[in-house]
Amino acid sequence: MSEPSRPTRVLGVGLEIAVPVAVLAVWALVSANSTSFYFPPLLDIFGAFADTWLFERVGTDVLPSLGRLFSGYVIAVIAAVVIGVALGSSRTLGRMVDPVVQFLRAIPAPVLIPAGILILGVGSEMKVALIAFVCLFPVLLNTIDGVAGVDPALRETARSFQIPWRERLFRVVLPSAAPQIFAGARVSLSLAVIMMVVSEMVASTNGIGYFVLQSQRTYAITEMWAGIFLLAILGYVLNALFLLVERRALRWHRGARAGAG
Amino acid sequence: MTRSSRHASSRGASPPGDAAAGGQEAPLRPASDDQGTENAWAPGPPAARSAEASRTGGRRGRDRGLPLLGVAAAILVFEVVPRIGLVDRRFLPPSSEMFGALFEQLSDGSLWEPVGQTLQGWALGLGTALLIALPLGILIGSVFLLFMSTRTIVEFLRPVPSVALIPLAVLVFGAGIESKWFLAAFAATWPILLQTLYGVRDVDPVGMETARSFGIKTPERLLRVVLPSALPYIVTGVRISSAVALILSVTAELVLGAPGLGQQINIARQSGAVEAMYALIIVTGLIGWVLNIALSAAERRLLHWHASQRERNR
Repeated sequence: MSEPSRPTRVLGVGLEIAVPVAVLAVWALVSANSTSFYFPPLLDIFGAFADTWLFERVGTDVLPSLGRLFSGYVIAVIAAVVIGVALGSSRTLGRMVDPVVQFLRAIPAPVLIPAGILILGVGSEMKVALIAFVCLFPVLLNTIDGVAGVDPALRETARSFQIPWRERLFRVVLPSAAPQIFAGARVSLSLAVIMMVVSEMVASTNGIGYFVLQSQRTYAITEMWAGIFLLAILGYVLNALFLLVERRALRWHRGARAGAG
Repeated sequence: MTRSSRHASSRGASPPGDAAAGGQEAPLRPASDDQGTENAWAPGPPAARSAEASRTGGRRGRDRGLPLLGVAAAILVFEVVPRIGLVDRRFLPPSSEMFGALFEQLSDGSLWEPVGQTLQGWALGLGTALLIALPLGILIGSVFLLFMSTRTIVEFLRPVPSVALIPLAVLVFGAGIESKWFLAAFAATWPILLQTLYGVRDVDPVGMETARSFGIKTPERLLRVVLPSALPYIVTGVRISSAVALILSVTAELVLGAPGLGQQINIARQSGAVEAMYALIIVTGLIGWVLNIALSAAERRLLHWHASQRERNR
């Protein structure tokens, strides 16, 4: 597309800020006198949001949810990178596990919850284990790919300079594979959120997902909306945090690209 | 040598597709290629595969049997682990019993109805998402002010976990196919919308200006310049959305009890039919896998003229 002129760009930035504000304002105005049971006034939802999440249920629902999310996610990423480096270094092994990992990854994650309940019960362990299991595969596949795709010239150069394997791993293999690993980790993060919410909806006595579905079942509709808002904000913040970390970790990579290009 | 300069040299030496692949905006291969879970992507064309394909192309013959061997080994592990008592076989039966249950459901035909119901949710969701997101994406991508106006909203709504809307869906639509449809369509809209939008914005300005200066009218330009150029982005979006639509379809069945595979899995667990439950889980995995392969194949046909595919076929 052709570059817009300067006044158009300024107007664009103005709209970028003004339109979302306007949308919220219109929503608030239109819904202000809403008698619809399903769509309560926006200000009521904000009120319920403040009542529920600042900070009454933080300890009982939000923290357990986030704790399960992060423990499962961290376990998955570490395990996937370790296994992925091992598998990616061997062509034969990598080829062998590929279809199995592809299949496990193609399973729509939430169907594993009934199996998880069966094996581990309905407690936190089940949720952490499921989040870890589901998040493992995107990172694993990308790590295998990234490690297998390290430029052979680079690999051979490092070897011919007799750089010890630990150094090679941390200075050549992992940095080369890092962009792919991060891409997989981003996939996994959104999977982790899905699994957290659904596993709490299906079998839990606390957590944000539990709260949202319970609110709906008891017809506490403003609370349900407040919970949906919280999940939306959570998804947004987690994504933003991830991008921040990724940008820092891969700063050298982007710089290198600009230099090479 | 510093870290970055060493890397720069390696990038410089690799095929042209690779640089785009390493970029932050372009989805890296498996991230967008094979799966694409919800929001799990950044807009961009599927450029990475070409580099990888050319890198590994030469040794294809030697290890063709390895994937089969890997599958056999995995099945064997799942057979042996419960039999020697590492896992209680009441909870994880040997793989032979899972496949036995699968064949039972295949032979008495009870498998097909839930499979059809799940696929129906997937198809309705994906189809609706296409109908909404494709025109909207082209429109927003073509009009700069519209792009700026919607940007904040789109960027905020995109990472929202769609499963958060399950309670709302059941409230408004009940526990049937409509809820499944709504959830799958909502979730599947975002990837296609964003990929289309960025694909359209990424159209080469020289191509556009050339077409314009030859007096080619807007509809014709759309069809001949914009769409072909954005197509690689769009098909990537469709593939991501397909996986997302399947996840949401199954989740609606699982949580709300909408008829389909998810509901059957729940029923099987509650009635203690453990082998049948695992058989159904295997089936959902196979569906996801087959859909993915089918869409990749369709993509190859549709984009056979595109650089990334030409390089792959070399």
